[in-house]
Amino acid sequence: MPKIIVSVALKPEILDPQGRAVLGALGRLGLSGVADVRQGKQFVLSIDGDVDDAKLAQINEIAATLLSNPVIEDFTVEVRP
Amino acid sequence: MTPRVGVITFPGSLDDKDAARAVRLAGGESVSLWHADANLHSVDAVVLPGGFSYGDYLRCGAIAKFAPVMEKLVDAGNGGLPILGICNGFQVLTESHLLPGALTRNDHLHFICRDQKLRIENNSSAWTSDFEVGAEILIPLKNGEGGYVADEKTLDELEGEGRVIARYLGLNPNGSRRDIAGITNARGNVVGIMPHPEHAVEKLTGPTTDGLGFFTSLITSLVNNGKVSA
Repeated sequence: MPKIIVSVALKPEILDPQGRAVLGALGRLGLSGVADVRQGKQFVLSIDGDVDDAKLAQINEIAATLLSNPVIEDFTVEVRP
Repeated sequence: MTPRVGVITFPGSLDDKDAARAVRLAGGESVSLWHADANLHSVDAVVLPGGFSYGDYLRCGAIAKFAPVMEKLVDAGNGGLPILGICNGFQVLTESHLLPGALTRNDHLHFICRDQKLRIENNSSAWTSDFEVGAEILIPLKNGEGGYVADEKTLDELEGEGRVIARYLGLNPNGSRRDIAGITNARGNVVGIMPHPEHAVEKLTGPTTDGLGFFTSLITSLVNNGKVSA
């Protein structure tokens, strides 16, 4: 069953306090050399049947309206056969 | 005729009863609206109350914007219907693009609950006309995702057009850009505010009665616009 992966992350200019908290924990765990952490979310849609252009266009539309808020977030859409 | 003010209840709304009570104390008639309603029952104004609509899953207010009643509300708001969004209601208004910007996780990551001092910056909106500009008020604040953000251009526009209606005084509670606690749209009918005026309408239960001004302002502006008689 093909999967469509929608990844959503805050835009670079938006403060990400959760990512910052994770960055702090990495330092405490002894991992050095990490300059920044950005936290996002991922939606994995398992698709019945083939993923055609129409389906992909529909999912891009939903990614831009429901799954992400374009005011503060960017998203990417990836198809895994 | 008494002004009829709708209060929308979504699954997960918390403060709808308090909002309805504030409407009545200000002299209005409260009308309960349901998220699945297909129309607004001819109300003269609408309050979107605080809480956690649809559990705040995905993003605060993100799922609420697709509720059947919201489609009608967005059209009505663009047409001039007075709408006040409080806390989660403010989040629903930004998600629905009735107001610009977005509310994000508090910069310190903690949920914060305290009485908050604000300065009123605009008294020309439908919901702030009974205040003096510069008035300092004290009302409860309770949020985990109350940080107001927008790009610099939008922030400059809001400032330039006098559309910041209230600003936090003292310590900024959530990292909101330019200490913004509430804004209005260009027309002045749609207002979003993060702290809770509906929790400060009676001496017995609130820190002050400063919040009542938002609701009496609405009644005043409806009367002045000839929508209802005094």
